Amino acid sequence: MHVRGAVGGATTAPSEVHRPSTDEDVRPDRPWMVIVWNDPVNLMSYVTFVFQKLFGYSRDKATSLMLDVHHKGRAVVSSGPRERAELDVFRLHQHGLWATMEQST
Amino acid sequence: MIGIRRFRRTRDGKFRIRLQAPERELLRSLPDQARGLLDTRDSSTFRLFPVAYAGDPEADADYRSLVGNELLRHHASALETLATTSDAVELSEEELQQWLAALEVLRLVLGTQLDVGEEPEHVARDDPRAPRLAVYRYLSWLQGEIVDTLAAALPSGGSPEGP
Repeated sequence: MHVRGAVGGATTAPSEVHRPSTDEDVRPDRPWMVIVWNDPVNLMSYVTFVFQKLFGYSRDKATSLMLDVHHKGRAVVSSGPRERAELDVFRLHQHGLWATMEQST
Repeated sequence: MIGIRRFRRTRDGKFRIRLQAPERELLRSLPDQARGLLDTRDSSTFRLFPVAYAGDPEADADYRSLVGNELLRHHASALETLATTSDAVELSEEELQQWLAALEVLRLVLGTQLDVGEEPEHVARDDPRAPRLAVYRYLSWLQGEIVDTLAAALPSGGSPEGP
């Protein structure tokens, strides 16, 4: 089990926090990308609003990302350490968006 | 009611709600139905619990065990707020955000049940899906109204801490 401080910190037992991870993060320097995928349900205005609200993006930047999602099928909306990316994915899931994360290659 | 804004920000930062009785009845009754589907993890709720790690089932199972209940609580809480405040003439911003979240839940479930696509679909009046599709379209319109109302209060230039 690895540390998931960003999302599950409150429920992670202290004994687990310092346990070395052996099965992943062998290249922790490679950032994790948070990807939002196009879907037929979410309104374009809603997706833009969520990007502004969650990431503090300007309306222009949020709109541009939304249009990427709409026209190209996906857009990278944030990137960073795994815990941070997982928190972003979780917040996007709370808002009903189709978000996944993957490590940059 | 066409042309009348359903949501309007008041000077003290609250929101005035102008909905007709049938709209309020719909918003009061739909959350219960959705809650039942959530509790049984009906297949129509799968969009509410998305995959986080597309190519890594093990990591995804970890993610789900970590946040699954939290997501369920979040969705259920929004539905409950919508049902219990469906008669309100004024809402706090927090409550209106909960309405937005509840409409998202309802639209994701209905959209899944109806298998909606990108383009608006024309169905005959006597199509068995017609009533639910009408509800879906109404909820879409209403959600758009709330988005426009809340977005108008966001800083258009982004937050100073924003990337």
